[in-house]
Amino acid sequence: MAFILSEEFKARAAKICARYPRADAALIPLLLELQKEAGYVAEEGMDALAQLLELPYSRVKAVTTFYTMFKREPAGKYHLQVCRNISCHMAGAAGLLDGLKKKLAIEEGETTKDGIFTLSSVECLGACGSAPVMQVNEHYFENLNEEKLDALLEELKHGRLPRH
Amino acid sequence: MENILLKDNVADLEAYFASGGYRPLKKALSLKPAEIIDEVKKSNLRGRGGAGFPAGLKWSFIPKDAPGPRYLVCNADEGEPGTYKDRELIIKNPHALLEGMAIAGFAIGAGHGYIYIRGEFAAETELLDKAIAAARAKGFIGKNILGSGFDFEIFTHRGAGAYICGEETALLESLEGHKGQPRLKPPFPAVKGLFGCPTVMNNVETLAAIPAIIDKGGEWYASIGIGKSAGTKLFCVSGPVNKPGVYELPLGTPLMELIEKNCGGLKPGKKLKAVIPGGSSTPVLTASEAGAVNLDYESLAAAGSMLGSGAVIVIDDSQCMVKLLQVLARFYHHESCGQCTPCREGCGWIEKILNRFEAGAADEKEIDTLYSVADGMMGRTICPLADAMAMPVISFVKKFRAEFEAHARGETCGKGRGLEDQRTGGSALRSV
Repeated sequence: MAFILSEEFKARAAKICARYPRADAALIPLLLELQKEAGYVAEEGMDALAQLLELPYSRVKAVTTFYTMFKREPAGKYHLQVCRNISCHMAGAAGLLDGLKKKLAIEEGETTKDGIFTLSSVECLGACGSAPVMQVNEHYFENLNEEKLDALLEELKHGRLPRH
Repeated sequence: MENILLKDNVADLEAYFASGGYRPLKKALSLKPAEIIDEVKKSNLRGRGGAGFPAGLKWSFIPKDAPGPRYLVCNADEGEPGTYKDRELIIKNPHALLEGMAIAGFAIGAGHGYIYIRGEFAAETELLDKAIAAARAKGFIGKNILGSGFDFEIFTHRGAGAYICGEETALLESLEGHKGQPRLKPPFPAVKGLFGCPTVMNNVETLAAIPAIIDKGGEWYASIGIGKSAGTKLFCVSGPVNKPGVYELPLGTPLMELIEKNCGGLKPGKKLKAVIPGGSSTPVLTASEAGAVNLDYESLAAAGSMLGSGAVIVIDDSQCMVKLLQVLARFYHHESCGQCTPCREGCGWIEKILNRFEAGAADEKEIDTLYSVADGMMGRTICPLADAMAMPVISFVKKFRAEFEAHARGETCGKGRGLEDQRTGGSALRSV
């Protein structure tokens, strides 16, 4: 099935491309937009973007696979990304991650059967003063402990993403 | 002294303007570009991203007679583990950054400035976009700024998760829509940078200091701090201290003053073991070294480390240095762009060897293997990521060798998993 970019997406893309003297500089921002819409970057999406920007498919694929934020397959509704770098590690990130694995009964990189949670560990999120930190989709949750994490999971299970 | 960068209640344009904001831009537009560059040179402001290169000198490298566009790029790809100062600055004082960019743009003759911000900072990007829109509405950014005839646009550009893009030329590659693989230098970005045009790239903190320098003069700024380390610096502290956070201090402040006075010391029951003073790639200091060093470029270099990004990572005696190095090795292995063999292979092997130490499978001779692999990486690659892995390896092993030896003997310290495991106990391992 052909993957078609919506007219709305194309209009947005044209605006983003106009920020640069060369349209292909918009490749990463447009991949982010694509991911925002579909939840991940599908092969067909890469192909459509390559056509839109008049780039070889190989270039789009090379870029997509280079950057860790691009997901290549659908993730759960909430993508839990636990920082595992030095400051978060010292603040107990490994324990938080283990706790999440047990509570959700999944391993890193897996999604719960109900499609609600995907679990990953990630490298430094740049919020080391409030370690341990977890990113849920694009939102940061800082100074976590087991209690706060449980409360957050409960909210998320009910489809509520707390904002601060 | 009063903070120059980290101020409260100036996040909104109105408040920033009421506190004297955007007057320095007006002043700058009445000066000649060369006069602005001279003022920045006089200030002795150095790059705050980690390298510490003099900012005014960097600006002066733009060829004066080069035809075609020039670009200004703000490096907000804050990813060096331990570093979170730019995020704080963007949240608290975004207009100082935008004003600094407009002044820098005018000084180097750029028409466009891009803020390359790490992809995870979605909220901060939104905040910057709003600040840019507000500044544009008031005529501080855009066409014919304050009636001067100078046009300058600023755009945010999000990355997508790659530490390497904090390196200047990898960032340029990424900003052009490619994989973030560093370029060979020369040519330097000042001659051939973004889209093949002369480009200046500065860190968020560097650019945010510009308005104050134009307002109060380079000499005033140079009088703060110590010697060639002029001005204030943001220090972001993490680890088991009572009040972790971002603190703005004059360069030259003793490291222990930051930890004891600003951060309220270590948490109860914690004893200082080591400090990584400038982000994860800078050589670690022992507690006694940390007790004797001041936070400026020269003092930290003399102590065998670096000021780096100002990310002070405090390590207490409940931590296992082998485990912490393993955490860093996993990171650098993950983040190596794969372009240069010594880095791609070296980071991988270091992680593998450290995994063996952690599993109790390593032989004592492998301590020397760690050294030799690290030595084979230093200075042998296009960009400093290999050095960024090698420096912690060499310093951790040199200063905490007994812990590596104990692991090789099969003694487990039980500290490996951070706080969780400590609660469940495990035999204690003392470092010498």
